[in-house]
Amino acid sequence: MNAVLQYAVQGLAAGSFYALAALGLAIIFGVLGVVNFAHGAFYMLGAVTAAVLLDSFNLSFWGSLLVVPVLMFLFGVVVERLLVQWLLQLDPLYNFLLTFGLTLVLVELVKQRYGVSGLPYRLPGVLSGRVDLVGIVLPRYQLFVLVFSGGICVLVWLVMTRSRVGMIVRAATEKPDLARALGINVGRWVTPVFGFGVALAGLAGVLAAPFRAITADMGDNFAIILFAVVVIGGLGSIVGAVVAGFMVGLVEAFGQAYAPTFSQIVIFVMMALIILVRPAGLFGLKETTA
Amino acid sequence: MTESVIAESPVTGADAPVASSNPRQRWALLAAGLVAALALPWFVYPPVATDIAALALFAVALDILLGYTGLLSFGHAAFWGSSAYVTGLIATHSGVPFPVAVVGGAVFAMVLALPIGYLSVRRSGIYFAMVTLAFAQMVYFIGYQWSGLTGGENGLQGVPRNFFGIELVETDSFYFYYSALPILLLGMWTAWRIVHSPFGRVLVSIRDNTQRARALGYEAEKYKLLAFVLSAGLTGLAGGVFAINHGFVALTELHWSTSGEVVLMTVLGGIGTLWGGILGAFLTVTLSDYLTSSGFDGIDLVTGSVFIVVVLLFRRGIWGTVRHQWLARQLRRESSRRSTGSIGRTRR
Repeated sequence: MNAVLQYAVQGLAAGSFYALAALGLAIIFGVLGVVNFAHGAFYMLGAVTAAVLLDSFNLSFWGSLLVVPVLMFLFGVVVERLLVQWLLQLDPLYNFLLTFGLTLVLVELVKQRYGVSGLPYRLPGVLSGRVDLVGIVLPRYQLFVLVFSGGICVLVWLVMTRSRVGMIVRAATEKPDLARALGINVGRWVTPVFGFGVALAGLAGVLAAPFRAITADMGDNFAIILFAVVVIGGLGSIVGAVVAGFMVGLVEAFGQAYAPTFSQIVIFVMMALIILVRPAGLFGLKETTA
Repeated sequence: MTESVIAESPVTGADAPVASSNPRQRWALLAAGLVAALALPWFVYPPVATDIAALALFAVALDILLGYTGLLSFGHAAFWGSSAYVTGLIATHSGVPFPVAVVGGAVFAMVLALPIGYLSVRRSGIYFAMVTLAFAQMVYFIGYQWSGLTGGENGLQGVPRNFFGIELVETDSFYFYYSALPILLLGMWTAWRIVHSPFGRVLVSIRDNTQRARALGYEAEKYKLLAFVLSAGLTGLAGGVFAINHGFVALTELHWSTSGEVVLMTVLGGIGTLWGGILGAFLTVTLSDYLTSSGFDGIDLVTGSVFIVVVLLFRRGIWGTVRHQWLARQLRRESSRRSTGSIGRTRR
């Protein structure tokens, strides 16, 4: 029982990274219609930036949690203005290919600058060690990740459903033409939304920094699992991205515990089953954009 | 006018395959291509020449899906790599001549393509790209985990090059090129036949307007699946030859970067042209070979930048651009001839 709970927390913590990043991916897809291949690279950049900030400016983990998403937001804005925006009117496959090229460039640049071995990152003292919850011992950091990213997801959900900005973004996602007809300048939201999605990927990267090996290629497999996550959750569905993110984290953790050989493969089998049974994904309503 | 229409068309329908109006031009082109293929190892280091030819068939096979069916497969490394492994295993353990092993690899790729294709063609557009990518990653992990068979990260080593009893050692690469070329040319001819057959026409109609094709009674999913499996088979032929050429199969062949690389070749050369893929493979391999030999170790930097530039500024690709200019010029010439003719009539 104890072991099961530990795996569950571990899985949910890993799932937090997927959930946060997939949330960013889903929002970007919703508003821009872009499937951002570079999302894994942005996640990697978030972790690398945190490590570099700690190393060069002695910026603490808490500082990074705040600063890195802002930096990544700005980076996302630059990427959108410089590259992505030119292809928004065309088939989404063009931006998929563009962001694929961008991924190769970003990963290679980091590799050239920081090498292939992992960058070190130490955990703040408060978060290291374990907590004893009525006899069940759990790593403190995993619990923190879980609570923190759960909080962010709820916050994003509240903003999306309760605030004016959220309503505009949702309207722009679901019925861009109607939103325009009602006098909403949809185009104005495109750049900030892209930046926001990138910031979420970067935030996931910061959270992963003390937890995973920080290397240039840490985002490679991450990006593809993210795609599986959004296919399972239903691309364009915000709730679906988060739920599927946590689900995939759980499946991965239990897979690693009980069938380590198949832990990665199980995720894709899960995706195959979803495609068979519910092609639009768990929370997808219908096939959007062919 | 035509310019803007084609420029706005989706990636997967960059240019409708225009049945070359002039058969003489087409034959001239084919003859030139054949001469180039035969002459290649005289100008390029023979093992590299074989790589070029194999990757050219890979790109052509991908173009059947991307250019003519409107499906971007981002998981073709699964078929390329698995055929490479199967070919290597057959050649190592059975001692059959390598062309037989290559055919075995291609058959395996087609068998693998059946379930993956069956699931993937249920989604279209960007979803198709994501789903194929994810399935290919699954195949990658299987190759990685099943190290008893594949050698895992060490790769599959010591694949022999047995050509009907003759052992072609490393120094025989020049002859190996010519022994492998017929297989690859056969593959390209098959691709050409597929694209120019009634079946190929149906694929194009599905690409351009799936619903109308369905309304006409064509079961789009079945056609897409068949195109997928055929494309995987041709990819398998290419992957098998590649494996024999290197005498070694690395896990990279299954990795998504390989899928991306072949997409780049196809897009760089020009989607929906077949010739474009060949040109793209030639340019990409020569460039990366040149960069490696000059001691530059950041090929991805160049590959990624080329990708970005091509997608932003050059979506028709090299071959596509040349063909477009050519066709536009012919169109202009024709229309000007017609208009001067009519002016002449009115004056009279």
